[in-house]
Amino acid sequence: MSPLTSLLRRSGRGTGTASSDAPSAVRAAQPEPSADGSRGGLVEIRGVRKSFGELEVLRGIDLTISPGEVTAILGPSGSGKSTLLRTINHLEPVTSGLISLDGEVIGYRRDGDLLHELREPEVLRQRTEIGMVFQSFNLFAHMTALANVAEAPRRALGVRRREAEAQARELLALVGLSDKERAYPRQLSGGQQQRVAIARALALRPKVLLFDEPTSALDPELVEEVLAVIRSLASAGTTLVIVTHEISFARDVADAVVFMDQGRIVEQGPPAEVIDTPAHERTRAFLQRVRTGTAPAPEDATDGADPADVASLDARTDSPPAPRTTPEDRS
Amino acid sequence: MSDAELSRLRVVPARHPGRIVLAVIVGLLAAAVLWSFATNPRWEWGVVAQWFFAESIIRGLLETLKLTVLAGAVGFGLGLVLALMRLSKSSLISGVSWTFSWIFRSTPLLVQLLLWYNLGYLYERISLGIPLTDVTFVDARTSDLMTPMLAAILGLGLHQAAYAAELIRGGILSVDQGQLEAASALGIPARDRSLRIVLPQAMRAILPTAFNEIIGLVKGTSIVYVLAHAELFFTVQLIYGRTQQVLPMLLVATVWYVVITSALSVGQYYIERHYSKGAVRTLPPTPLQRLRARLGRRPVSAGAPA
Repeated sequence: MSPLTSLLRRSGRGTGTASSDAPSAVRAAQPEPSADGSRGGLVEIRGVRKSFGELEVLRGIDLTISPGEVTAILGPSGSGKSTLLRTINHLEPVTSGLISLDGEVIGYRRDGDLLHELREPEVLRQRTEIGMVFQSFNLFAHMTALANVAEAPRRALGVRRREAEAQARELLALVGLSDKERAYPRQLSGGQQQRVAIARALALRPKVLLFDEPTSALDPELVEEVLAVIRSLASAGTTLVIVTHEISFARDVADAVVFMDQGRIVEQGPPAEVIDTPAHERTRAFLQRVRTGTAPAPEDATDGADPADVASLDARTDSPPAPRTTPEDRS
Repeated sequence: MSDAELSRLRVVPARHPGRIVLAVIVGLLAAAVLWSFATNPRWEWGVVAQWFFAESIIRGLLETLKLTVLAGAVGFGLGLVLALMRLSKSSLISGVSWTFSWIFRSTPLLVQLLLWYNLGYLYERISLGIPLTDVTFVDARTSDLMTPMLAAILGLGLHQAAYAAELIRGGILSVDQGQLEAASALGIPARDRSLRIVLPQAMRAILPTAFNEIIGLVKGTSIVYVLAHAELFFTVQLIYGRTQQVLPMLLVATVWYVVITSALSVGQYYIERHYSKGAVRTLPPTPLQRLRARLGRRPVSAGAPA
């Protein structure tokens, strides 16, 4: 079994049907559904708080991410969703609370009531189980696409160069970029760079993949090629946590949607609940704003939105005057 | 507009009369300067030619090169360590680095050279061993150890290190923070993050200034004449002290410095080109490739892989 198929061979939901617009290589690499070899990926976030100086960005987060599940985190900017993502692989150490992956506390060694801070090599080892894809790609600019993907297995896991590059070739094929292995990041489009970045994150065969607004820095016509790759990973049963503004993508792909505002989780549940019938005023207002921002739909633009936002939307979209609603949930 | 009309259109390049006038003026000035060099007998080119490859001059030249290489290695090696120390999270480590740069940038190079050379006056003996035991590895009179060569390498090297530290630090800071973050997120160890991810990208910012410093160092070695070390400049002085042919002998040294600097500049071009891989979309052709293209032997491919 190649590393790649074993990588994608996860328990549970591997139905093997990629969406029709996925790059052909992605479809070709779809693994057959199988129930063996679950690699775990249970993320438990308990009472996590994080402050930057005076500013408390996370105010007590509790969240469980089940293995093989796709979790989408939505929320206005400044709501702490990117910070939450970055605490999962200890890029941001938490101020209080615990995060664990398959029962292993991230960043600390627990000894009864004592948490011993881990030394860097230990933290690095934990990070190899948690892949991360950044909004701004952050590909190593001086290395070819192939070298970018092969670098982490070589340096972090000590894989031989030849093996690392063979695996990197398979991963580039998976994201549909076999012909770009010798290209430098600056010679690639934004969408291609992000697909290389996804291949790079997959190279360590992580238990969990974190996506920090993976399509926010892309031109609109390049968004779909990246989403297609993520979709194929989702259907292969990889545990994914995605911070995104792509609401319709989240509804399509996610098993669970988490809505955050002001450092707290406002609501969470299946996309059909959180996105289609949100219980909270703030969720509704946010969804309204995002939807109207991307595709103006005047008949939707009024329902339950924050008055201030509706006023500003009116000026932009020429929608009919909004009936004033009294927000009940504005604490 | 029809296709036939379109295909008849022709581009007439814009004319730049100002450029032509300027080119003529610059050309005339350059010719006048060259003419005076060639015809003024006081330059004594005959003497220059006579001494240019003299054995003592070549020996001095090799000494100069040796000093440059050794002091440069000490300077940039220590400079790299100091730069990494300066970026350390520990305030003690970064403070030590800051203090080093502060002291060695504030003291005149001449003073540093003379201090090292006269170290024997300050500390008569140097011994290295394990304290409180009788074990000693080295024990010698300082003045025996401190040759002019060693004093020169220490003086030039440590002085260079203080400057190199700052310029390497500047290069490191110019690398996008996201690169380090991505490397950390991938679990790449700190050493590889510095040496394989950050430094190669910092090189682009470091190299132009670093070559400036090295070229400065080549000529800077001439100050070592105060220690009576027979490098190129001291050798030239010895000779004109005897023959009184001051200007032509200075010309001999100058032309050699020009030769070294030119060689370094060519090296700089290719090394900078190497490190610009990935930073520019396509590398420009080298002068050699351009020449070949002009001669029509091989077309320059715009997208040649680096």
